Amino acid sequence: MSRRQKDILIWIGTFLVMLVICMPGLWVVLSAFRPNGEILTKPAVWIPRDLSWDNFRAIFGLGDAVVAIPVGSYFLNSLIISVTSTVVAVVIGMSGGYAFARYRFPGKGAAFLWLMLSRCVPGIALSLPLFIMWSWTGLIDTKLGVIIVYTAINVPFTVWLTEGFFRQVPRDLSEAAQIDGCTPWQAFWKVEFPLAKSGIASAAIFAFLTSWNEYALASQLTRSTDSKTLPVGLMDFTAQFTIDWAGMSAMAVIIIIPALVLTFLVQKHLIAGLTFGGVKG
Amino acid sequence: MSRLRRYLRDNAVPLALLSPAVLVILLVVLLPLLFSLYTSFSNYRLIRPESLWDVVWFRNYVRVLGDGDFWAALGRTVLFLTLVLNLEMLLGLGLALMVNRLTFGQRTMRTIMMFPMMFSPILVGFQFKYMFNDTIGVVNNALQSLGLTSHAIPFLVDRWLAFASIAIAEIWMSTSIFAILILAGLFAMPRDPVEAARVDGCTNWQVFRHITLPFLMPFIYIAMTIRSLDVARAYDIVDVMTGGGPAGRTELLWTLIARTAYDDSRMGQANAMAYVSILLSIFFTWYFFRKLMAARKHLGVF
Repeated sequence: MSRRQKDILIWIGTFLVMLVICMPGLWVVLSAFRPNGEILTKPAVWIPRDLSWDNFRAIFGLGDAVVAIPVGSYFLNSLIISVTSTVVAVVIGMSGGYAFARYRFPGKGAAFLWLMLSRCVPGIALSLPLFIMWSWTGLIDTKLGVIIVYTAINVPFTVWLTEGFFRQVPRDLSEAAQIDGCTPWQAFWKVEFPLAKSGIASAAIFAFLTSWNEYALASQLTRSTDSKTLPVGLMDFTAQFTIDWAGMSAMAVIIIIPALVLTFLVQKHLIAGLTFGGVKG
Repeated sequence: MSRLRRYLRDNAVPLALLSPAVLVILLVVLLPLLFSLYTSFSNYRLIRPESLWDVVWFRNYVRVLGDGDFWAALGRTVLFLTLVLNLEMLLGLGLALMVNRLTFGQRTMRTIMMFPMMFSPILVGFQFKYMFNDTIGVVNNALQSLGLTSHAIPFLVDRWLAFASIAIAEIWMSTSIFAILILAGLFAMPRDPVEAARVDGCTNWQVFRHITLPFLMPFIYIAMTIRSLDVARAYDIVDVMTGGGPAGRTELLWTLIARTAYDDSRMGQANAMAYVSILLSIFFTWYFFRKLMAARKHLGVF
């Protein structure tokens, strides 16, 4: 077999595997454009006959069939909560990661392990005590309450990733900049930060995806449209025995699109980020 | 006291840089954990707030450790973890090796490969619950249209099929985490040893077994560590797909804990269970972390 034929075979194989991987997801996306009747019939309608934007119109309350679910405010809540907690977690993580990468201090190893172990605690185990603590302090059902929790959840990971990246940047560079008259802060901001940027980008995307998709904690800490996020809002489509699958699929598409766009934009950084941050640390 | 002061003064900069991270984790992780440690020694029930002060010492733990349902859920969780982690590792390895061979369109394939990662676990739960439905589900419809079965298969009702369905949902969602980490490893791999081995007449399999795989092991263990930590995510999927049913046969630790805490409102007992299972996560993390260190040492990178 020639090299070219081999390449083509691998490509066909990859394509088939990717198709299998994407099928379940694509089925949901397709369902978003079909009426409930067509999705839920038996025997199944494989080729869609009736594609439309009706489900989207319904969940936004624009069409004839109105599903009274405030998707708009859920979306806004999700966006505010995810973006804020990501930014804060990345800043805190960078500061911590820099400390681990650049300074020696007694207790460093223990501190690093302790940080990692704080990720061992599953969300659902935290949800009970956090629920009680937040209701004492009035943080329950506020965006701020969720933002604080998501920030803390993301910090160990952002510290871990940024630490690996700052280690990659040679120490001499910042020292040279300081000899040339930069303050330590300028040296960091102008020399080390740009070089570690791809790691910071990958930390940010992981943090964003975690906050954007989290359900177990948000479902306990949020109550109303003031703070409910999209994954929690998904539950609005379920009644005791029925699920509005068409509406849910439409909302699923709304949840996926921002994540997809963001990941596509930074995925080049992501691979580079994992290479450096992961193993050489 | 003076030693503490000197320690603080000598390490002022790194400590100041670390303090926000420490502070936020103290507030959101450690404080709640101490609180739940206390409640695990009390008879706390959500519906009776005054019961928070009713200390029963180790009664919750004794009850949990003597509870057959708890041990069954623990066993199932370990089985689930082992099965899912190993399959994800094998599939992710295969996927990464395949994508790595591509000479064009690789970036697009990488993005497509990560498609399942975008899905919220709760959404994955609904998606597979609907697909595996015994009357209207796509999987059953497809099997029947192809003439493979004559009757509907009760995927989410039968004990082992329900377990397998949940595992499939979990694997679908997270195989790409393994694949991208392993792919990152393949990108970072030095070319020389592989070429040297080929010159010496090694077969493809020998090169893979003795050079590529050992190099990838640290990446695999990192993925294992991350995924074993994220085992809690199985909660969303399991809760949505089967809710621990049928008749408690897919009950994993975290669905059992959530049910005990919120449905039966026995907070104290739920927290006792949570503590026992946190020990399990810590064991898994520690185990994979040690494996990671050993693999790194084997490679001589540090």
